[in-house]
Amino acid sequence: MAKVHVSTTINGEPMEFLCEPNDTMLDALRGPLGLTGSKEGCASGDCGACSITLDDHLVCSCLMLAVESTGHEIRTIEGMAKGDQLHPLQQKFLEMAALQCGICTSGMLVASDALLKRNPKPSEEEVRFWLAGNLCRCTGYDKIVRAVMDTAAEMRAQ
Amino acid sequence: MNVVTNNKWIGQRTIRPDGMDKVTGRAQFAADTNMPGMIWGKVLRSPHPHARIKSINTAKAEALPGVKAVVTARDIVDFPIANGAVMLGIQDMRWMCRNVMAREKVLFPGHPVAAVAATSEAIAAEACALIEVDYEVLPWAIEIEDAIKPDAPILHEFNKFEGKVSNIAGRLENKKGDIAEGFKKADLVIERTFTTRPVHQGYIEPHACLISVAPDGKTTIWSSSQGQFMVRAMTAYLTGIPQSDIRAIPAEIGGGFGGKTIVYLEPLATLLAKKSGRPVKMVMTREEVMRATGPTSGSKSTVKIGVTKDGKIVAAHGTFYLQAGAFPGSPIRGAAGCSFTPYDIPHLLSEGYDVCSNRSKVAAYRAPGAPIGAYAVECVLDELAEALKMDPLDFRLKNAAKEGTKAAHGPVFPRIGYIETIEAAKASDHYKAPLGKLQGRGVASGFWFNAGGESSAQVNITEDGNVVVTTGHPDIGGSRAGIANICAELLGIDYRRVSVIIGDTQTIGFSNLTGGSRVLFASSIVVTQSTEKIIHTLRERAAKIWEIDPEAVKWEDGAAHPVSPNAGQFPPLTLKDLAEKAPAMGGPIGAGVQLNTQGADGGFGTHICDVEVDVDLGIARVIRYTAVQDVGRAIHPGYVEGQLQGGVAQGIGWALNEEYIYTKEGKVDNPGFLDYRMPVCSDLPMIDCIMVEVPNPKHPQGVKGVGEVPLVPVMAAVSNAIYNALGKRFYSLPMSPPKVLEVIDAPAPRQAAE
Amino acid sequence: MTELRYLAPNSLDEAVSAFAAAGSAGRILAGGTDLLVQMRAGVVKPGLIVDIKKIAEMTAIEETADGGFRIGAAVSGMALHDHAKFGKVWPGVLEAVNLIGSKQVQGRASAGGNLCNGSPAGDSVPAMVAAGAIVTVQGPNGRREMPVEQVPAGPGRTNFKPGEILVSFTLPPRPKGSSDAYLRMIPRTEMDIAVVGLGVSLTLKDGVCTAARVGLGAVAPTVLLVEAASKALIGSKLDDAALNAAAAACSAACRPIDDKRGTIAYRTKVAGVLLKRTTAIAAQRAKRN
Repeated sequence: MAKVHVSTTINGEPMEFLCEPNDTMLDALRGPLGLTGSKEGCASGDCGACSITLDDHLVCSCLMLAVESTGHEIRTIEGMAKGDQLHPLQQKFLEMAALQCGICTSGMLVASDALLKRNPKPSEEEVRFWLAGNLCRCTGYDKIVRAVMDTAAEMRAQ
Repeated sequence: MNVVTNNKWIGQRTIRPDGMDKVTGRAQFAADTNMPGMIWGKVLRSPHPHARIKSINTAKAEALPGVKAVVTARDIVDFPIANGAVMLGIQDMRWMCRNVMAREKVLFPGHPVAAVAATSEAIAAEACALIEVDYEVLPWAIEIEDAIKPDAPILHEFNKFEGKVSNIAGRLENKKGDIAEGFKKADLVIERTFTTRPVHQGYIEPHACLISVAPDGKTTIWSSSQGQFMVRAMTAYLTGIPQSDIRAIPAEIGGGFGGKTIVYLEPLATLLAKKSGRPVKMVMTREEVMRATGPTSGSKSTVKIGVTKDGKIVAAHGTFYLQAGAFPGSPIRGAAGCSFTPYDIPHLLSEGYDVCSNRSKVAAYRAPGAPIGAYAVECVLDELAEALKMDPLDFRLKNAAKEGTKAAHGPVFPRIGYIETIEAAKASDHYKAPLGKLQGRGVASGFWFNAGGESSAQVNITEDGNVVVTTGHPDIGGSRAGIANICAELLGIDYRRVSVIIGDTQTIGFSNLTGGSRVLFASSIVVTQSTEKIIHTLRERAAKIWEIDPEAVKWEDGAAHPVSPNAGQFPPLTLKDLAEKAPAMGGPIGAGVQLNTQGADGGFGTHICDVEVDVDLGIARVIRYTAVQDVGRAIHPGYVEGQLQGGVAQGIGWALNEEYIYTKEGKVDNPGFLDYRMPVCSDLPMIDCIMVEVPNPKHPQGVKGVGEVPLVPVMAAVSNAIYNALGKRFYSLPMSPPKVLEVIDAPAPRQAAE
Repeated sequence: MTELRYLAPNSLDEAVSAFAAAGSAGRILAGGTDLLVQMRAGVVKPGLIVDIKKIAEMTAIEETADGGFRIGAAVSGMALHDHAKFGKVWPGVLEAVNLIGSKQVQGRASAGGNLCNGSPAGDSVPAMVAAGAIVTVQGPNGRREMPVEQVPAGPGRTNFKPGEILVSFTLPPRPKGSSDAYLRMIPRTEMDIAVVGLGVSLTLKDGVCTAARVGLGAVAPTVLLVEAASKALIGSKLDDAALNAAAAACSAACRPIDDKRGTIAYRTKVAGVLLKRTTAIAAQRAKRN
């Protein structure tokens, strides 16, 4: 198949790449774009390890075609910190041991960030149901939920 | 050995050294790297559960433009069955060479038959489809019952059990006393049979590797594994490349739980890289992981326990049949060896049977075999306690193993913390909390052996007075954080000045794989000894500068000091000072230690589980959970809790919804996260941990392995809780809604108690 | 390898003519949460993908002149959730659409895609059937309408003609005292395909049920409109006898299969349980309107 040329915006920067028409956005991120922070756990939208935002909507990058990103804003885990300034969620995950192997962490952080932007005061239940699409096999989710809620409280206090 | 009790860093919730990379997406997992000229490998897999391979024709695949190499079993070193076992750890290479690629037969759907490397994944996949395999399809058997029937299809004709060709590949027993005598003394005997389904370790990261082989055979392997030395050894065995020519680098690993303690892709990718002259990357799809990598065993267990009327266990007999899958090697040692071990039982027979059947070869899963055995035993104990009208924790207390108890699998227990876990559970707020309608509470205990084993470490002081620690085990639980805590504590410096890295097979000495809850235990011993050697050197060098005896120098708070004012009035010499002076004083400051570490002792846990059941839909939800465990010494409490919480979550999945479902054609019907139902965030409550610290007297910091015990008691705790809520017992897992509803609705007769 | 072309037209006419011309090789792309999974699994190998998200009508949520709603076929669950009014009027349809997959999936998945994918277990369909939605379809021969319950033809199939593209769902205006609800049975709390899905839309006047529709999913090759259940509810005060009769009607209407998600016996029983629970929620909501 002849490759397609795509122009899009990723983490605030204009980017271009070549890909197959049937490549997913995840394929494009991890391949030609070299942004391997988003992970492939299942390629079927069941694990959330590939989570990104598309025009500020939380989506699975394995469930969109790379070509669909033309003219839209993609944000990935790589864009969460500002230089050496971690996002409060990233800092809290470190402090509260909310990660072990780390393979789900990128997706968890992107999803949690999307939640707090929509709902700065989520209850435990709301956090749990929002993150239901992000599988973790190491932590049992306990410390992740605590980290998200503590971050939400801190961000509200500021 | 001194048990270090100073807790400036030990016991603190420090930031894990690998954490920054993991929260920013920078951490390199095996599928994240690329090499120039890299091509892609794909595996052709058997569609049949059981078939003889009559011929393989790869000509069309080799001719496809873009294809650079094709590999079949011919390219893999053979370990002839007739030549006997060739062991690498617990793995027999005769099975390993046939597991990575089928030889005479395919033994499960998904069994690799050939592999192709091509310039794109799509071309490699297309080439696989062009390989022509002529199969003679054979009848198959997957479930234990079907595999041990007299007329069962036989997987390995050479395998005999009790004189007959059989799918039973082995038996082991642990014995104590005489159970016939013991049961005579019992006032009450309960015997029950339990079945469990195979469940997968469920790591989110599929197996992946990137391998380059230079024309002179020098091989670089970058892979997701629980042991780079295991990867090197297995690859060497299976490809014929000498170990010294293989550099196996452990990538960050996205979950293992035992499932990555063997290789699947590495030998294939190595041969493809060798044949093509290009680096080859291979990444499994989720479907391949579920079909073709070991889940743990399905099982059938019968447990019979006899007690006196005042609640003393006098005899116990357990028979555990575990599914091995395509090749021998199910974890009967764990099932038979751990299930009764928390208890002091005078007469005991615990037997394990290893059953081959046409599904993927079993792989280790967190305390392999023990959760299966404990499920059965802890449920029978619950029935006994109820019949005796004893509180289930008191019943366990009355029979608890302690220092001096002889375990059926051999050892006499030293100081252990099992009783402390029961007492802490009894004293917990959870245990006293009231229950609402359709809610129930269950308890269970568990034991796991824990291991020590070989470990190497290298500790070096940098020229600017900081520390680099190189260890040899992949970090799947947070061991780097624990090591950094210990090293900082010993040297008396800020934790952030210690860098902990994991070496590869060419940069660090042999270290056994990450498993058996052994990494922190073993690596901290060698790191401690290396650091102590360094401290000795530092004291000697300070002594030389001060012109006093090294015995008169102590190391404290990151500096050398005279032992007392009598030794001399010298200002302290810090690590930085001595590092700067090092070149003039004999050279670099560093030390390495390699040991086969000893002194690992088993771990014990006691769990409390509350459930609520929707009786119209049959849905049981865990609403509260407390895991109590003797953790020895919690070097990093956050990551010890993490092990407890992770194990509990896996056990809840195993208890309620996880199972391998097969089609009528013998294929896995749910090879994905949609229908292989692991717990999601909204399924679980917070998981509370009570860490009981009974330090291991044989370890410098009192460390005991913690990672595997947490999975052992969970299924029984959940099952006992559901019984408490509903008044109905379950004897099979998972307790999924249709099964629960069936039990609720049917007036099922209970299995007989004597 | 099949050559794949991707098209993102701005007009419906362009979409229809390209889609029609491609014949069986053409696939419509809205959220992609089914299509991409099927492509990755090799079950579907399209030659042409027509992305409809640039067509205004497809992504619009509008109130119609008579007080109803028209939802474009490609409107995502999130977009529907964020609409200020829709969820207040049709909470059942909204919750049904937003039970499809995870939050990530809801950011993309659409009721249109859910319907056209033809899964008997698609969450949004029973709620749309209960709501009495009318779908608008455009094809080479022009535009037409049909009741939503006539769309599913069997697992993976619709009753659309070749070249037809689903354009929108039209939901009727709500009389006072109306509301709806959707419940499904899944073994976990999220992420599963419905073992049984049930939508109820009803109107109450002075405590008496004057209108009711019941949509039942995952228990037959297509989603069912259970008229016998409606009949049992209409004219009653939703007392136990009426609910039991309606529940029995739902169980009786089941023609399920045994599969990896549920057994025949289980599904049949659960259909009845869900009818009662869903009706209770819809009634509670209706009383507030």
